[in-house]
Amino acid sequence: MLTIYILWLRQLKRFSRSRARIIASFGQPLLYLLGLGFGFGPIFEKAGQGNYIQFVAPGIIAMTVLFASIFSGIEIIFDRQFGFLKEMLVAPVPRLLIMVGRTLGGATVAMIQALMVTVVCVLAGFRPSVAALPVAFVFLALIAIVFTAMGTAIASVLSDFQGFQLVMNFLVMPIFFLSGALFPLNNLPKAMDIIARIDPLSYGVDGLRATLIGVSHFGVGTDLIVLTVLSVVFMAIGAKLFARIQI
Amino acid sequence: MIKVQNLVKTYGQIEAVRNISFEVQQGEIFAFLGPNGAGKTTTIKMLTTLLRPTSGTVEIDGLDAATNQNEVRKRFGIVFQDPSLDDELTAWENMDIHGALYGMPRKIRRERTEMLLKLFELSERRDHPVKQFSGGMRRRLEIARGLLHTPKILFLDEPTLGLDPQTRNQLWSHVQKLSQEERVTVFLTTHYMEEADRVAHRIAVIDHGTIVAQGTSAELKQQTSTETLEQAFLALTGSQIRDEGADSSNDMRNMAKMFRRPR
Ligand SMILES: Nc1ncnc2c1ncn2[C@@H]1O[C@H](COP(=O)(O)OP(=O)(O)OP(=O)(O)O)[C@@H](O)[C@H]1O
Ligand SMILES: [Mg+2]
Repeated sequence: MLTIYILWLRQLKRFSRSRARIIASFGQPLLYLLGLGFGFGPIFEKAGQGNYIQFVAPGIIAMTVLFASIFSGIEIIFDRQFGFLKEMLVAPVPRLLIMVGRTLGGATVAMIQALMVTVVCVLAGFRPSVAALPVAFVFLALIAIVFTAMGTAIASVLSDFQGFQLVMNFLVMPIFFLSGALFPLNNLPKAMDIIARIDPLSYGVDGLRATLIGVSHFGVGTDLIVLTVLSVVFMAIGAKLFARIQI
Repeated sequence: MIKVQNLVKTYGQIEAVRNISFEVQQGEIFAFLGPNGAGKTTTIKMLTTLLRPTSGTVEIDGLDAATNQNEVRKRFGIVFQDPSLDDELTAWENMDIHGALYGMPRKIRRERTEMLLKLFELSERRDHPVKQFSGGMRRRLEIARGLLHTPKILFLDEPTLGLDPQTRNQLWSHVQKLSQEERVTVFLTTHYMEEADRVAHRIAVIDHGTIVAQGTSAELKQQTSTETLEQAFLALTGSQIRDEGADSSNDMRNMAKMFRRPR
């Protein structure tokens, strides 16, 4: 327990001391919110789909969790480069606990960032349903765990930053764009529909939308089950790959 | 305390460690000397469970390092050759995480951290992030951290790299004290021969992954008919290169010969 706690705390401290990271966590979401929200808004509304800010805000929040989580997971590459990984790996504790502590810490950081972005969304005119906030919080946590664990798994097999760009371009960006964060999943072409169903983030976005604005494509139950299963699966994969690291 | 048998590590084509065997007794200070790339760090990584040997066995305090990883890890402290601190955190926090990872109760963690930071003259900067530290301060912090959980065995991979003479002197005095008073076993590498000469009870010289000589400093000097450990070292590692018949080894060979000639 102490192991998990101390490594969780470490992630939080690292985040809270990095002003750059805190500011950066606003940058991209703000861009999407303003650019898309005010740019696309009128078209979206003309098409009879309702208020676009209202629609896209949960997607932006999910995006924040996605990027922040993947980054937290990938941070293992920094630990490897700066050497702290050795210190963790040589300690007399099961690697599983190290992995869990780090992942929970990373996930917590991602959730904090998501909450900050939620506040920004509200300032921009987003009006979530308050009653459903606790369930929305559960969704945030699940998304954060899935993607931090995914980041950990990826970082465990990458030894340097070279692969990082590749992962961002060919994995993280598609996960974001094809998840329905920015557009409704109704009436998609067959191929896109299949991809959206494979994309874990689709269920996160849908769950957030279901709870925050009461619109759902898959249904909250499905979202919850899929994300819970994926959390376990990715934690297991992440733990397995992390345990295999040699230096 | 440490028992190594027929240890081998190959990285693809590179044979980093080729079938080495040795033993280190409790309370002994054992120096592992060798030129760059000889296989010292690779050996330490295998002894400390960070790297799986290609073949061979490592026994630490009577435990097989391959099957009892966690038990083995509790017993040693290590100062890595490369940096291993969290730069964003303070000295105190780095120590605290270490203590927690080694399961030390909070109170003991604090007491020992305070004591060690004082010993290595870091108390005043304990709440500063490590990224603001000088190279020597970082090194001192790493050493202090390695001692935090009162290990029975200490692995020091070039611990004095980048330290000033005062600090080196103090470090070795402390290491000697630990070995004498608390029977801590020490396995060290260094490129400063006079340090090994001063503190080591026994020395092994490794070159190209093979142990080319083992014994006390006096024995090594006698064996090579040299007067200083540095000369003995050059004689031993120079001759190893000659055996491979590489062209570039001529210089080394001549140097080794020169040292062997009585003055
Ligand atoms: N991860 C690795 N992959 C491939 N080769 C490696 C790896 N690590 C070490 N080696 C090789 O193994 C050999 C021994 O390296 P090692 O780091 O053990 O040397 P060393 O004795 O510690 O040297 P130094 O005094 O420079 O620290 C070298 O030839 C090195 O290039
Ligand atoms: Mg080395």
